[in-house]
Amino acid sequence: MRLPCPICGERDRREFYYQGAAVMLDRPAPDAGEAAWDDYLHLRENPAGDLDELWSHDAGCGAWLRVTRNVSTHEIKAAVLARDVKR
Amino acid sequence: MRIDGKGLIDRSQPVSFRFDGNTYRGFAGDTLASALLANDVRHVARSFKYHRPRGILTAGSEEPNALMTIGHGAATDPNVRATVQELYDGLEARSQNAWPSLAFDLLSVNDLAAPFLGTGFYYKTFMWPRAFWERVYEPFIRRAAGLGALSGTQDADHYEKAYAFCDVLVIGAGPAGLMAAWVAAQSGVRVILADEDSLMGGRLNAETLTVDGLSAADWAAHMVTKLSAMDNVRLMSRTTISGAHDGGTFGALERVSHHVKDVPRGGVKETFWRIVAKRSVLAAGAIERHIAFQNNDRPGIMAAGAVRAYLNRFGVSPGKAVTVFANNDDAHRTAMDLQEAGVHIAAVIDSRADAAALGDYRLMSGAMVSGGYGRRGLEAINVQTASGTEKIATDCLAVSGGWNPTVHLTCHMNGRPTWHENIASFVPTPGAIPGMETAGACNGTFSTTGCLTEGVEAAKRSLEALGLKPAEVDLPDADDSVYAIDPLWAVPGKGRAWLDFQNDVSVKDVKQAAQENFRSVEHMKRYTTQGMATDQGKNSNVAALALLADATGRGIPETGTTTFRPPYSPVALAALGAGAQGKGFAPERKTTSRAATIAAGAPMIEAGLWYRPSYYPLPDEKTWRQSCDREVGWVRQAVGICDVSTLGKIDIQGPDAARLLDFVYINMFSTLKENRVRYGLMLREDGFVMDDGTTARLGPNHYVMTTTTAAAGQVMRHLEFVTQALHPEWDVRIMSVTEQWAQFAVAGPKARELLNGLLDKPIDNDTWPFMSCGSVDVQGVKGRLFRISFSGEHAYEVAVPSRYGDSLFRLLVARAEALGGGAYGMEALNVLRIEKGFITHAEIDGRVTAQDIGMERMLSKKKDFIGATMAQRPGLTEEGREQLVGMKPVGPVKQLTAGAHIYTDGEEPVRAHDQGYVTSVGFSPTLGHFIGLGFVRDGLARHGEVLNMVDHVRGIQTRVELCDPVFFDPDGERTRG
Amino acid sequence: MAELIAKTPLDDMTPLTTGTLTLAEVDLGILTSIAPYAQVKIAEPFKATHGMAWPAPNRATGKAGARAIWFGREMVLLAGPKPDPTLAEHAALTDQSDAWTAVTLSGDDAEDVLARLVPLDLSAAHFKRGHTARSQIQHMAGSITRIGSDTFLLMVFRSMAGTLLHDLERAMASVATRR
Repeated sequence: MRLPCPICGERDRREFYYQGAAVMLDRPAPDAGEAAWDDYLHLRENPAGDLDELWSHDAGCGAWLRVTRNVSTHEIKAAVLARDVKR
Repeated sequence: MRIDGKGLIDRSQPVSFRFDGNTYRGFAGDTLASALLANDVRHVARSFKYHRPRGILTAGSEEPNALMTIGHGAATDPNVRATVQELYDGLEARSQNAWPSLAFDLLSVNDLAAPFLGTGFYYKTFMWPRAFWERVYEPFIRRAAGLGALSGTQDADHYEKAYAFCDVLVIGAGPAGLMAAWVAAQSGVRVILADEDSLMGGRLNAETLTVDGLSAADWAAHMVTKLSAMDNVRLMSRTTISGAHDGGTFGALERVSHHVKDVPRGGVKETFWRIVAKRSVLAAGAIERHIAFQNNDRPGIMAAGAVRAYLNRFGVSPGKAVTVFANNDDAHRTAMDLQEAGVHIAAVIDSRADAAALGDYRLMSGAMVSGGYGRRGLEAINVQTASGTEKIATDCLAVSGGWNPTVHLTCHMNGRPTWHENIASFVPTPGAIPGMETAGACNGTFSTTGCLTEGVEAAKRSLEALGLKPAEVDLPDADDSVYAIDPLWAVPGKGRAWLDFQNDVSVKDVKQAAQENFRSVEHMKRYTTQGMATDQGKNSNVAALALLADATGRGIPETGTTTFRPPYSPVALAALGAGAQGKGFAPERKTTSRAATIAAGAPMIEAGLWYRPSYYPLPDEKTWRQSCDREVGWVRQAVGICDVSTLGKIDIQGPDAARLLDFVYINMFSTLKENRVRYGLMLREDGFVMDDGTTARLGPNHYVMTTTTAAAGQVMRHLEFVTQALHPEWDVRIMSVTEQWAQFAVAGPKARELLNGLLDKPIDNDTWPFMSCGSVDVQGVKGRLFRISFSGEHAYEVAVPSRYGDSLFRLLVARAEALGGGAYGMEALNVLRIEKGFITHAEIDGRVTAQDIGMERMLSKKKDFIGATMAQRPGLTEEGREQLVGMKPVGPVKQLTAGAHIYTDGEEPVRAHDQGYVTSVGFSPTLGHFIGLGFVRDGLARHGEVLNMVDHVRGIQTRVELCDPVFFDPDGERTRG
Repeated sequence: MAELIAKTPLDDMTPLTTGTLTLAEVDLGILTSIAPYAQVKIAEPFKATHGMAWPAPNRATGKAGARAIWFGREMVLLAGPKPDPTLAEHAALTDQSDAWTAVTLSGDDAEDVLARLVPLDLSAAHFKRGHTARSQIQHMAGSITRIGSDTFLLMVFRSMAGTLLHDLERAMASVATRR
């Protein structure tokens, strides 16, 4: 599999560290309540289709990316820098 | 036998080789298979299950029978297909799966017992008694049913991996592939043309056709010459594209040195390539299939196309009186070519009633071969005609049940092939692999002109997809004959008719599977083992599922195929793990003190990728404990030196540096004064401890954080995540400086005395109190000094740029020795920290909270930080959690062991009664007994309680008293002194 | 007074030659990572103080003795001169002079050697002089820069110098047998 790093270009996935669902970008407020924190940390969608994921270009530029990947076909739909994701 | 004047072999270069101890001769350009056939060696192997005599069936990588062991000792290669093994002078081959010899194989009794050994026999028979499976049945079955054996010694040959990139990857260098590569090359894009054979050209080298007025082989050679002269073309022969993977990535195995006797010095046996291609053209050709009839596996019965290949490419006729059995026109070429070469054609048997002879040979149309004679070599066949059965003497039967397009790679990403009625086989489903075009025989197009045309078209589509204009090329003149076939899978009749030669699966086995309701093709496969051998059913799968379709009353498309998975043909694990042998396995991170440490005789232990000294033995010391105890004593009584450079060091700068630290640590760092150091604890967002360490403030907006050796990478990634993903608005920059600094602990009552002869300006307790830090000059070199302690002693860590590390370490050790101390290693470091109750990742193993280790008071209430919210959830704060305690032995057994569990007196030491566990132990020379750290349920409140430590693994039981984890100097007076 | 003696990561290794290839340890001088702070336009002050362009991602500027090598997200490595202290107003400056092993690999077959270690397309048409990349060198995170038509500058952490040498020597030997 190859991932398009917005900074480095397309790279072999071995250069990347996989973190999981991009839900981790939306950190709840400390007082958001148990349900929000439970969602944030533990509950994940498991679609047979597109999923927003976090990858770190560990062996490259070091950027954290939000990658949209079809987890059935491994087709990569988009990759943006995590820092540019609107929140 | 060798045929004069035929073949592409080099008759000026004779070579000598051995098979099963006999010496034979062949020529350069031969394969082991062609040379054996030239020497009239027909019986070359025994089958897997029934040990039936087998001969060479094919002329390609799909060969199911002729598996051999090549070479000797560590360089032994088992299961090499003789059909792909190029001949070289001195080659040594041995047959497999036969004992005592190929000709007389004791286990061929299995064949006589075949009525009892049918499909499902093993599943049904070796059920009981249960204990017999591992001890009796499995070892016996493994011995009986087998392939070649590994040498049992380490393979000394090197394998490497490599990467290649191109615009268009062309897979297969037959007529379609050559044209596709030519068009792409002429259009100026980067092309890789890969072919598993040593000689490019595919079937062009095996046929007597002409292309553009040249012999097909000459035309192929001409094309290869033209392509090889182009800078934008890379030709990769002996290279099998083994898998089609995501994102245009292909696996490819190049057999670099199998065609020479010895791997050249410094060279490799195989290279496993990862090829990244923007577009690909599959031109993998087709594989001829067999027809099932009684004893259709006799040595001498071969694929018709293979017989042509041996004749036309290698100048070998596999027989003197050849018969041909076919259901299609193509196989008639075999008779024509042989006849023209002067070989006698005894008969051509064509199952089609309307078949016509293409030449002057005896044609038996509407007839079928119903049996073969000659156990170790074909002698005669039975032919069933409308008028009865005729026995015909023949020593070679060339069989063709038609051709199966090589669709495998198109199925590697979950694609399924499509049934094509006209050719009675499967063809690739378009779009099965993104970016891949298919062309030629693998696409179900069998005429040479069709292949050439499709090669051009596939290349054009590929170039257009790249947004390029394809070059116009002339299409060569070539044969355009039509391929006509009437399906014939199995000849009706008695006796065993074989499908999968490698796993000894017969027509009857498939039918029986259907009868026993293994109707799904995937179930039939696993029940009968059809297609599960190393050829993965290349020769037999389509016939087997056609028969399954028939037995279950379904059509072939509804029956479907099994799944083709990578690799296309076998890849040795050594190639998959290429580059990872020996020191290639993982990087070795070495400290600057390594040379001096090795010179001192210290054994090294791995800490992640780092290598650190265990202990520094003195000449009279017999055990590591003696060294460790002595080193601990040095630190407690004089001064010790330890390389601590492996700890992670992260430079943090910027206006928001303090804010970042407050957010990632549970305690405050914005309040830390400049030139001061503070201990910090870091949680994961789920509230469990991630790591700990000290962070020093070097300036208003400048900190340097230390992490544990083990978690350095994880913490760095975590900080990147926080600064990029959670708080990109913060203005802070982080940079690893682990490698920039060589850092050494100077620990012990004489630490300051040692440093004060070394630092350019002396220090005292007022200017450098406990937990202070700052810049120092060390013999004129700018360094850093931190007054921190992981031993509980008056201690410092002194850092200089790494280039001076070796020199400073030697200097420090020499000075320490002069003061009655010296270097200490990891064992002593561990004992020293256990005596002080300091934690490492043995304690913070990912399941431990700040509360569990007695640090809940550090959890700041004034700020949000990573893990703050979840650290307060009920499960992490409730009573009954296991908490950090110290332990010391109080009974007759004095030993503590890490990993042991803790039980209450009088209770059986089983999981249900588990009270906790031991994480770290050591013999404390300071206290004169073993001490340990561990976690015990509500342990904080249980100091003084006596419990049982039980180590089930080592068989040790020790009475332990729980105590405060700080065993030594609980008030820390020594540290501050 | 005792003197601290400096050692290079490969201990002043004699250049290695295999076939057409030469592998040499190089002293790049002072190495400083420059990570500009938020909203800072560093290109101008950098050019003004060091006389070379601030490199775009995946590019290196300057020449032997003074190079600016893109070194990762929002980071450039200044190799050679001492960084102008005024740059500290614009960026986090960190001394890295001792943190990296630097070698040059030169010769006709250099691309073939690196094809065995680096998962990148380093062909001359694609990876030209002045191109740089952060990627893997075998199992190590590293920096790869083309500094000449057949010369690459390779950098890995100092502690991995021995492994870099091992991996390169093996690949060089293998490529030499293929000529």
